[in-house]
This record gives sequence, structure tokens and C-alpha cells, in this order.
Amino acid sequence: MSKIFVFAEHKNGSLKRGAMELLQAAKKSGNSVVGMAVGAGAELAAKEMGHHGAQEVHVIKDAALNSYNPELFAAAISLVLEKTQPQVLLASATSLAKDLFPKIAARLKTGVASDCTELTISGDVVTAKKPLYSGKAFAAVSFENSSIKIVLMRPNQLPVAAADTTLSAQIVEHPMVAVPDLKTLIKEVVQGTSEKLDLTEANIVVSGGRGLKDANNFKLLNDLADVLGATVGASRAVVDAGWVPHGMQVGQTGKTVAPTLYIAVGISGAIQHLAGMSGSKVVVAINNDPAAPIFQKATYGIVGDLFDVVPKLTEEFKKALKH
Amino acid sequence: MKIFVCIKQVPDTETKMKISPDAASIDTTGVKWIINPYDEYAIEEAIKCRDASPGSQVFVLSAGPSKRVSESLRTALAMGADEGIVINAQESLDCFSTARALAEVITAEGGADLIFTGKLAIDDNASSVSQMLAELLKVPHATVVSKFAMSPEGLSAERDVEGGAKEVLALTAPAVIGANKGLNTPRYASLPGIMKAKKKVLKEIEFSSLNIPATDQKIRLSQFSLPLEKPAVKMIAGDSSAQAAELVKLLRDEAKAL
Ligand SMILES: Cc1cc2nc3c(=O)[nH]c(=O)nc-3n(C[C@H](O)[C@H](O)[C@H](O)COP(=O)(O)OP(=O)(O)OC[C@H]3O[C@@H](n4cnc5c(N)ncnc54)[C@H](O)[C@@H]3O)c2cc1C
Ligand SMILES: Nc1ncnc2c1ncn2[C@@H]1O[C@H](COP(=O)(O)O)[C@@H](O)[C@H]1O
Repeated sequence: MSKIFVFAEHKNGSLKRGAMELLQAAKKSGNSVVGMAVGAGAELAAKEMGHHGAQEVHVIKDAALNSYNPELFAAAISLVLEKTQPQVLLASATSLAKDLFPKIAARLKTGVASDCTELTISGDVVTAKKPLYSGKAFAAVSFENSSIKIVLMRPNQLPVAAADTTLSAQIVEHPMVAVPDLKTLIKEVVQGTSEKLDLTEANIVVSGGRGLKDANNFKLLNDLADVLGATVGASRAVVDAGWVPHGMQVGQTGKTVAPTLYIAVGISGAIQHLAGMSGSKVVVAINNDPAAPIFQKATYGIVGDLFDVVPKLTEEFKKALKH
Repeated sequence: MKIFVCIKQVPDTETKMKISPDAASIDTTGVKWIINPYDEYAIEEAIKCRDASPGSQVFVLSAGPSKRVSESLRTALAMGADEGIVINAQESLDCFSTARALAEVITAEGGADLIFTGKLAIDDNASSVSQMLAELLKVPHATVVSKFAMSPEGLSAERDVEGGAKEVLALTAPAVIGANKGLNTPRYASLPGIMKAKKKVLKEIEFSSLNIPATDQKIRLSQFSLPLEKPAVKMIAGDSSAQAAELVKLLRDEAKAL
């Protein structure tokens, strides 16, 4: 049996969905499951990890880990890895993890597979599948010469089980390690304006393109998104026009999203846009040009004027979601 | 100042990917190669930093098959970089071996005062090499950087994270900075720039001469595949009210997406 280590991100102690997915996958594999959570609320998160199948959770509550500093996080996690000696490490492919784990992998001279969409664990053999060329191809990833196989999984790819409160983890607390000669300081964390889930984590995404004609018309999409609990995205054309910030861009040079439902409004479907959303399960396209390439990638298509269709759609969803 | 920029050559974003018959690799015949889009921001930022501190030089560095990779290095020289170095290597180097090679060469060249990379290479989608390189050189890093400043006190970088949030970092130099879109507007290679680039030094180093052990290969890609074709689109007819109602019904009952 091997030992699987899950690094869990949480928000003030409540676990992110991605962490629950990984705990579930680790538990299902029949291996022993060790977890780690850090910063304010880490102990609450650790308890929750127990309910999701972790047998032992390591916690460092030090305030130095409340916001992400690559050097401090690398030191803290390396310490616990040394103590626990797992064969596999799983984390969600978030901004934090994608920045951090390649650094840790280089320190430990081990392999890291970033941004994976499928995961298979049998014994200590781990393989993953990952998109390449922005989702235009896929490949199986296997590890060589790696003491710890580090897999960063995209959120929303794996099932989660409901918390089982009869399960609990043994919680092991550690003091923060000293990091002499610190070369990185976090001066400030500027919070985003949105309370919504990030595009990369959202289950439903509503994206707008140049067909919206004007920045103010994004209100139509915000209204639709509010009803659906969706996050709003955009094409590069409208980001370049300055209508919305770059953080909202979906595509090759923006974010890669993989929601259950992607609604493209007034977006033509350029290959660079498709690259960022081709992992979506169901795609709806609304466009007044029946020849728009987006329809070739859509599950459902509506040819029509978005200014007419979108408000009606918002009303229909309102009705449908009431019951 | 000695500024290094690491660039990767990748297939053009318009490329339709093909898989080799044995599924062991991508079929690259006919592929148009470009500089990884994020690396263009890295080149631009390096040139700006050089111009802001007289006496500085920009070295562009790329690992890959030298024949084609040299073309991207020439483009970077035409944009304004001073010297190119190509590490002639096979295509299947993984991120760790790549970072090891880049670190070896930067060290052999006398070390860097500042290193720029892209936040991500759009081919392998790894976002790993920058951080690995920083760790191997024992310097700090910041990736996904959309704002950068240099002052006598040190470096300042703004990093884009989820939900539109930003982390503002202060780093000591040297550091590795992984560029995001928004950092600057990359210049085009001008005609005089292209002419000048022909005379600039482009040095070639064999990967094998760097003595990087085979055990530094950590990741192997195999069983390449293309995404599954989606079934044909279902077009919804009628006036806008009927379309809206039908779509909601399909999403709920057929696709079960709500
Ligand atoms: C290197 C590179 C990287 C790129 N990266 C990205 C990226 O990450 N993301 C990205 O999105 N793009 C990217 N692009 C740009 C991409 O090629 C397209 O230019 C862009 O996606 C077009 O945006 P759009 O669909 O909003 O605009 P358009 O192509 O102008 O499409 C607007 C659509 O709206 C429709 N429309 C107009 N009025 C209405 C109406 N009243 N009702 C309904 N429909 C209407 C039109 O029929 C049209 O199809 C990149 C390009 C390059 C070269
Ligand atoms: N073969 C390479 N040669 C030079 N730089 C590279 C190479 N591969 C990756 N890089 C740099 O590392 C960044 C991140 O790449 P990756 O980790 O592959 O996503 C790229 O944007 C480049 O700046």
C-alpha cells in the first residue's frame, strides 16, 4: 500500500471542492491518505478533510501562511513531506499550486504533472492524462525517477462524496519552520471585485464577445449569470477593447475553463477561444450569424439577436429554477 | 546588468494538431513554429529593463532542436535582444531537464542579474520551468506577472491569481519573473531590426555537453490523442421566446446541465 498526500486549499477553514475531489480519489484507491492544510482555519479544514477520508492531517496554523509566499509554503510543505514520506502528492491545479509545486518538485528532484484532467492510481503506479496545445490534444503522463509523484488536477474533473462525519482524521500540528534569508515578501493581496467562483472553478460560465457591442451590455450577461449562479467570462476581442479585465478572458492566452455548462453569447468561436473552453461538457451558442464557427463546437445553438434572446433566457431560467 | 530571457518555440496557435500513427508523439510535419506568446512579453520586458539601465545586455536562451529553434531566437534578436544561445536538444525534454539545462548555461555564462520567462508554454501547458529554474539557481520567483518594476531597493511584481485578485510581491534580485499577458505590449521586429539581428551572436551549445543525467527526466508523455468529436449541434428554431423556453427544457431534461 502506498501513502497519498493531499494538499488542501481552504477558505477560512472550509475546504475547496477540488480538495474534496482529491480526497475522494485517494480514498477510493485504497491507499492510506494523509493530508495537509495551512494558515488561518487550517484546523477546521483538517477536520473536514477527515470527513472526506483523510486518516491523518498535518496542520501549520502560523499566520505567516495566511497568504501565499512561495518560499514559506515550500519550506512548510517540504518539512511535512520529509516526515510523512508519501509516494504520491495530489493538489488542485490552482494559481497557488501551479506556482508552488514545481518549486517543491525541483527541490526534491522529483516529477510534477501540472494541470491534469484524469487520474488513475493503482498501488503506487500513478498515471494522469493532461491536455496539451490548449486542449487540442491529450497525452498520458507517467513518472520516472520520482520519489514523490506530484499530480496537480484541474478542479471539477472528479466526483465528490458527501462528508461522512463518522470518519475523522488524527490531527498533527507543527510549528512553522524558520526560513533564514527570505528573498520574497508579500506586500499586499488585492482582493478581486467578484465574490463569484473563479472561471476555472465555476460549474457554469456565461461568456460574452464583440456581439455585445458595448461594455455596458455585459449587464445582460451579469443578470443571466446571477440567475444561474454562473461566472462571467469574455473573448479576447472585448478584453482588448477594454470592456472587461483580462482576468475574464477565456482562451489560449486567457483562462482554460471546463464547466458543466458554457454559454457563449456573441462570440464567433475563433480557434484561440475554443482552445480555452473545449473541455466544457455542454456548450450553448447564441449568435445572429448561422455560419459562426462556434456552432460547430456547440451542443445547442440559437441563431438570433442576443439582445432579444438573452433577456428571455434569463426569464425562462428564473422560472425553471424556482421549482 | 545581465538579463536572460528563456523562450520556447511552440506550434502556432492556429495549428490543427495531428498525432503520429503510433500515438507516441505529435506529428509536427507542416507545423508553423512561433515564439510562445507569453515569452514575447518576457522579451519585451527584458528589453525595457535593459534600456532603463545603461550598460545592460539581454541574452535570449532556448532549448530545443537547434535548426528550428534558432529561427525564434533570431526573431528575438530582431526585436532587440543582444545575444542568442541555443541549447541543441531533442524535443522530448521534460520540464525538470529543461530547467536544469537552462540553469547550467546561465551559470556558465557568468550568472544573471534578472531572468524573464513566460508564465506558461502553450504546448505542454506545464507552468513549471520558471519556478524550477529559480529553485535550481536558488533565487526567488514570481509567475503570472502583469506588472513589474525595478528599483535600487529591489524588484516589485504583481501576480494575477483567481477571482481577479492580485498578489504584490517584493523580491530581491536576481529573480525569475514569469510574464503574463498585460505586462506590456511586445514590439514587432522592425526591418532594420531584422537586418541587425543577422549580425548578432547566436551561440550553440549541445545539451549532451551539459552532463545532465538521464535520471533528471521525471515525466514522460505517451498515448497522444485528439479530443473526442462532439456530436452535431442541435439548432433550436422558433421565435426568441420559443427558443429560450426550448433551450431551458433541453438543458434541464436532456443535457441535465442545470
Ligand atoms: C496569439 C493569439 C491568441 C489569442 N488568444 C485568444 C484568447 O485567449 N481568447 C479569445 O477569445 N481570443 C483569442 N484570440 C483572438 C481570436 O482570434 C478572436 O479574434 C477573438 O476570439 C474574437 O472575439 P469575438 O468572438 O468576441 O469577436 P468576433 O470574432 O468579432 O465575433 C463576434 C460575434 O458576435 C456575433 N454578433 C454580433 N452581433 C450580434 C447580435 N446582436 N446577436 C448575436 N450575435 C451577434 C457575430 O456574428 C460574431 O460571430 C487570440 C488571437 C491570437 C492571434
Ligand atoms: N525549452 C525551453 N527553452 C527555453 N525556455 C523554456 C523552455 N521550456 C520552457 N521555457 C520557459 O519556461 C516558461 C514556462 O514553460 P512551461 O513550464 O513549459 O509551461 C516558458 O514560457 C519559457 O519562458
